[in-house]
Amino acid sequence: MKVLRYLAGNPMSLLGVAILLAFVLIAVFAPVLAPPQEFQMTPYDTPRAGFLATPQPPSADAVFGTTEGQYDIYYAVIWGTRTAFKIGLGVVAISVLVGTIVGATAAYYGGAVDEILMRAVDAFMAVPFLIAAMVLTALLGKGIVPVTIALATFGWMGYARIIRSEILRIREMDYVHAARTYGASDLRLIALHIIPNAFFPVLVLATMATGSMVLSASALSFLGVGTEEGYADWGQFIAYSRNWIIGQPGNPFQYWYTLAFPGAAIFLFVLSWNLVGDTLRDILDPRHTR
Amino acid sequence: MLNYAFRRLLMLPVVMFALSLMIFALQMSLTPTQRLAAYAPSPDFLKGGQESIRMLIEQYGLNDPFYIQYGRWIGNILTGNLGWSETARQPVGTALASLLPATIELVFLAFFPGLLLAIYLGSRAGIYLNRWPDHLIRVFTILGWSFPVYVFGLLMLLVFYSALDWFPPGRLSQWAQAVVASPSFVRYTGANTVDALLNGNLSVFLDALRHLVAPVVTLIYVNLANMTRVMRTSMLETLRQDYVRTARAKGMPRRVVELHHARRNALLPVATIAGMELAYMMGGVVITETIFDYSGLGQFAAKSAANLDFPAILGFGLYFALVLVVLNLLVDLIYPLLDPRVKTK
Repeated sequence: MKVLRYLAGNPMSLLGVAILLAFVLIAVFAPVLAPPQEFQMTPYDTPRAGFLATPQPPSADAVFGTTEGQYDIYYAVIWGTRTAFKIGLGVVAISVLVGTIVGATAAYYGGAVDEILMRAVDAFMAVPFLIAAMVLTALLGKGIVPVTIALATFGWMGYARIIRSEILRIREMDYVHAARTYGASDLRLIALHIIPNAFFPVLVLATMATGSMVLSASALSFLGVGTEEGYADWGQFIAYSRNWIIGQPGNPFQYWYTLAFPGAAIFLFVLSWNLVGDTLRDILDPRHTR
Repeated sequence: MLNYAFRRLLMLPVVMFALSLMIFALQMSLTPTQRLAAYAPSPDFLKGGQESIRMLIEQYGLNDPFYIQYGRWIGNILTGNLGWSETARQPVGTALASLLPATIELVFLAFFPGLLLAIYLGSRAGIYLNRWPDHLIRVFTILGWSFPVYVFGLLMLLVFYSALDWFPPGRLSQWAQAVVASPSFVRYTGANTVDALLNGNLSVFLDALRHLVAPVVTLIYVNLANMTRVMRTSMLETLRQDYVRTARAKGMPRRVVELHHARRNALLPVATIAGMELAYMMGGVVITETIFDYSGLGQFAAKSAANLDFPAILGFGLYFALVLVVLNLLVDLIYPLLDPRVKTK
């Protein structure tokens, strides 16, 4: 409740929540805002108005214009919202799950198990994240499932560390000792008493990670190993715009729309997650003063 | 002290061993035929039909049990032979060594000014807590933090290259490349700006600088938020200490207390985070280098990853692990200098 009141009282976080809600609405109503056309295999295949290479400026047919290969930018921005939510939430959910299992196991068994698992965490942390995710995606093939798996594979370590240290801290608290004295099993203690109390720090990390995972996913698309050609994905469309940064002589901003719309979409999406996460972190930081 | 440094360095083989296992496991997920391509010196190599491919697989032992293959592979690496990179068309070691100076040049030019800016902005924000400079700095840094590197980079290109033609991509203009490649120009370090100065060639220096501006500004801005935030929190904490209040009570001017007494002690947590940031940049300027077509390690690593060029990927991974361990060690060694209370055990 205190959290909600703080969120409401802070203009920056309110802005974040508002943008986030707008994106949720866009994702939910995507079929209404940009109805899929006939002959599409999935609604995520962006329709194209011909095969001309040169982008075409916004018009009545394509309100945001078309990018390289005549893919409709408006359609991709709308359906790309769903892609972003799927990848961001998917990666974070898998990472939290894996991290919780690893961290809880390490803290519960302690000793050699703890040592081995935490050294594995160290090893994964010593891997250059983006390059490792690129390699895994290149091995698994294109599409949002490989991207999600690749990002989660190299993104769970932070949660494992937090869960482990929280369990070690909370385990020694009085209420846990009390629960143990009237006979609660270790598993019950961890699942019902300890993990729910370790939830908040994980929530902050997960909120901040959602935005940055969407950034990484679209970076993969940008670097050429992400989603399939023409898939409604912001990173992919920004990658198309890269070839059209330079306009014709005398008109340097000729193809501005190829970058501006997908770029603005991803910027606002990440911004909203960061604003919300930043506020949550402030609330939880004991050093925070109001 | 030396003992401590030595123990930290012992971590390196452990991390590198785990890393090599990881990369090897990824590599083994390919079929022997796919892995054979890594040994191919030219496309004709694989054109001999099924029978010759099977023979080559035998010859290189690509069907052996994995531990034998791993042993052979790691044996090669331990003798200093990192293998041949198809992406660079060079041995991996040579490619890494020739690209490292470019990345160091870019990273140092972005990291140190960025660090100073973060310290400045963070301490301002702390001093003016919840007043307009604090809010302004917060908005400014959170915007940069939310910008995808490639969107900001492309915007830089759009404005400063396409429209104004001030800061072109690449590392040097064509004429400057010719100068640098000429025999009279001595390559001391491989970093263009430094070499140009050492050769006394001011126009090449300015040209190299002109190509560095856009990637440097991009890197500084998108990485600013983290360090600024840590500096701000740390400054807030220090300003609340008793000795700060005592100094103010004695009638010492506010500025002196804030800038000399408080800020110096507030720098400590920033040192830790700055070390991490530097390590991350040394291994992570992938996108920036790709956008600005700046041929350094990041661009090379990205190309190798997309091509599944495993010798190059491993080489880059080992390089990154080394950077990480060495920088962490450096931070640990610098820490006692910043804070005499911390004694390295």
